[in-house]
Amino acid sequence: MIERLFKVNTEEYMLPGNRACQGCGLSLAYRYALKALRENTILTIPASCLTVLHGLYPTTSVAIPCLNCTFASTAASASGIVAGLSALNRSGITVVAVAGDGGTYDIGIQALSGAAERGTDFIFVCYDNEGYMNTGTQRSSATPMGALTTTTPLLTKQQNKKDMLKIMEAHDLPYLATTSPSYPIDLYDKFVKAKRIKGSRYLQISAPCPPGWGYPPKDTVKIGRLAVETGMVVLCEIEDGKFRLTGRSRSLAERGNRLPVSNYVERQGRFRKISEEQLSNLQRWVDNKWNEYLRRAEGS
Amino acid sequence: MSNVQIMTGNTAAAFGAKLCRVQVVSAYPITPQTSLTENLSQAVEGGELKAEFIRVESEHSALTVCISASSVGARVFTSTSSHGLLYMHEQLHWAAGSRLPIVLCCVNRGVGAPWSIFNDQQDAVSQRDTGWIQIYCRDNQEIIDTVIQAYRIAEALYVPVMVCYDGFVLSHTMMPVDVPDAAAVDDFLPPYKPHTILSPEDPRNINPVIFPWRRPDAEGVLRDGYMELRYKLQDTLEEAGKTIVSVGEAFAGIFGRNHGGMLWTYRMEDAEIVLCSMGSLATEATTAADMLRDRGIAAGVAGIRVFRPFPRKEVREVFRRARAIVVFEKDISYGYEGALCSDLKAAFYRSDVAAPIHNVIAGLGGRDVKARELAEATVAALDIIEAGQADEKRQTWLNCHTGN
Ligand SMILES: Cc1ncc(C[n+]2csc(CCOP(=O)(O)OP(=O)(O)O)c2C)c(N)n1
Ligand code: SF4
Repeated sequence: MIERLFKVNTEEYMLPGNRACQGCGLSLAYRYALKALRENTILTIPASCLTVLHGLYPTTSVAIPCLNCTFASTAASASGIVAGLSALNRSGITVVAVAGDGGTYDIGIQALSGAAERGTDFIFVCYDNEGYMNTGTQRSSATPMGALTTTTPLLTKQQNKKDMLKIMEAHDLPYLATTSPSYPIDLYDKFVKAKRIKGSRYLQISAPCPPGWGYPPKDTVKIGRLAVETGMVVLCEIEDGKFRLTGRSRSLAERGNRLPVSNYVERQGRFRKISEEQLSNLQRWVDNKWNEYLRRAEGS
Repeated sequence: MSNVQIMTGNTAAAFGAKLCRVQVVSAYPITPQTSLTENLSQAVEGGELKAEFIRVESEHSALTVCISASSVGARVFTSTSSHGLLYMHEQLHWAAGSRLPIVLCCVNRGVGAPWSIFNDQQDAVSQRDTGWIQIYCRDNQEIIDTVIQAYRIAEALYVPVMVCYDGFVLSHTMMPVDVPDAAAVDDFLPPYKPHTILSPEDPRNINPVIFPWRRPDAEGVLRDGYMELRYKLQDTLEEAGKTIVSVGEAFAGIFGRNHGGMLWTYRMEDAEIVLCSMGSLATEATTAADMLRDRGIAAGVAGIRVFRPFPRKEVREVFRRARAIVVFEKDISYGYEGALCSDLKAAFYRSDVAAPIHNVIAGLGGRDVKARELAEATVAALDIIEAGQADEKRQTWLNCHTGN
């Protein structure tokens, strides 16, 4: 681990002092993602916490060029950048769209599916903080069952999370991967790999969010780890259709020491109203997904 | 040397885009605009036009692609109609706010519910307040010429331009069109120079969150707040008439055709009764004016070519001698009156023009309008005006069974 840290790009593209909350999981992940993507990158981002992180006109905390776009249009915006660069014969630039789960699973899914189907040469990154955080923690289709949000304030979310990775995999993309800021080297490696591949690439970051999830800012890395160790989040990559568990998820699979979901749930205020039934539903949902992943990992 | 060919309005618009050497095209099918998109796809696939054609999954994405491609410095084109334009609404604002010289052809069509594929101008008129320049064409020659002029206007002002023309009436009707010479168009329209380039050499965060007040940048220089940016767009549009007129004149100098700058007139020298309209309905009104003249009524026509920026100064001048004004339009601002009528009245406020005005709503959803009917409606409107009822009386809905 120590040895591998040496190969991480020492350049910083997220300058000190940004407007994200203390302990923001997105912030941690973004720093490593940008290090992996490096200078020859153009970003496009929709309305989200990331817009806030990038800063208020006329200053910015990110030293990579960025085009802000409307909430629903992120992947189409990337398409336009790619088309414009290509029309002007400007090559060697990686176009990267970064959106929250709302901007990916919900309002942005049409444009994303369209851009992916067209094989647009870009990377789409979804940082999944499991809700509309920028507008104050409303429910999204990525919110897990049993979580309180400001639009499920009494009864909690009644449905399981949408399986966005599966939806994106159905687009036959050359590269898909899931990542977590609690495992920065795994994340870094996947972004480096994604940058080298051509075509539409999809990366998901599970991004713990202290105010939205209800835990102290100092626990972000711990919460992110628990998400992986309980199987709520599975670190994997799919390269040309070949599925692979990576990092901590792989070692969990090998050792069979996955923790119960309750270990993760009990540390977060958002789950304080989860019922016994919901919790067992959630556990069953995680078990089923996990078994599916194991079968796929064995098959490869 | 002229090169006259017989073509539809959509073909004329496609010719225009090709002559402007657009670099990125993105569009989505919708009647009656579709054949324009198809024409350009063919041109790109066949190698006639060297451009990226992005076949998006919606109009929202079509205009997004144009916005982003324009932001990296490409000359872009899109076209749509009706629900497609409405689906772009958010991006129309975003394009104008971004100060990007995008050209969009709106092939005017009615808006549901219920569904109508036929022509009126409700689509474009309802997008009046998005910060775009809107030009309404009256025939296919004007379409091709206006597309070419539109890029020069847009790129001079960094404001997007919507070239509007009536669905089917123009889009699918064959007319002779003199196709401008490609080399002459190249001279008329130099390559697009973007105001900012999104580039790794000079990282910037374009269109981030902005506060109501002005804020200093990293060097301590005070930069615009939201309201300053809005004022600059408004100021540019208010002054845009000069550019629109001078571009029209420069075009006429090379190609020999001037479509009238902000507006055009017909038999207005001694006209007492003025018919006013936009697009093909205004052309129809010229025939109606002839008919009225045959009946001894001194009628003339003022065709509004540019609806935004509104030609306030020009209409005050042109309508100065009018004794009565009849405004025909293919749109309605529900709960009030036709949008053109309201805007004209506002332009006349405290001016020399004090003539009574009657508003006639015509041709919605493709309802047929004949020149003879416009002439008769004018006579009926004059009766209302004679009776001193122009102010009390609501609009006339031409050829419409209103039950009263
Ligand atoms: C069309 C539209 N609808 C709603 C909004 C308001 N809005 C801005 S950010 C946001 C939530 C973003 O959620 P997500 O994509 O999950 O990112 P996060 O804020 O969690 O980082 C919403 C609803 C908007 N900007 N545009
Ligand atoms: S609300 Fe959550 S995701 Fe948004 S900035 Fe704060 S910690 Fe980060």
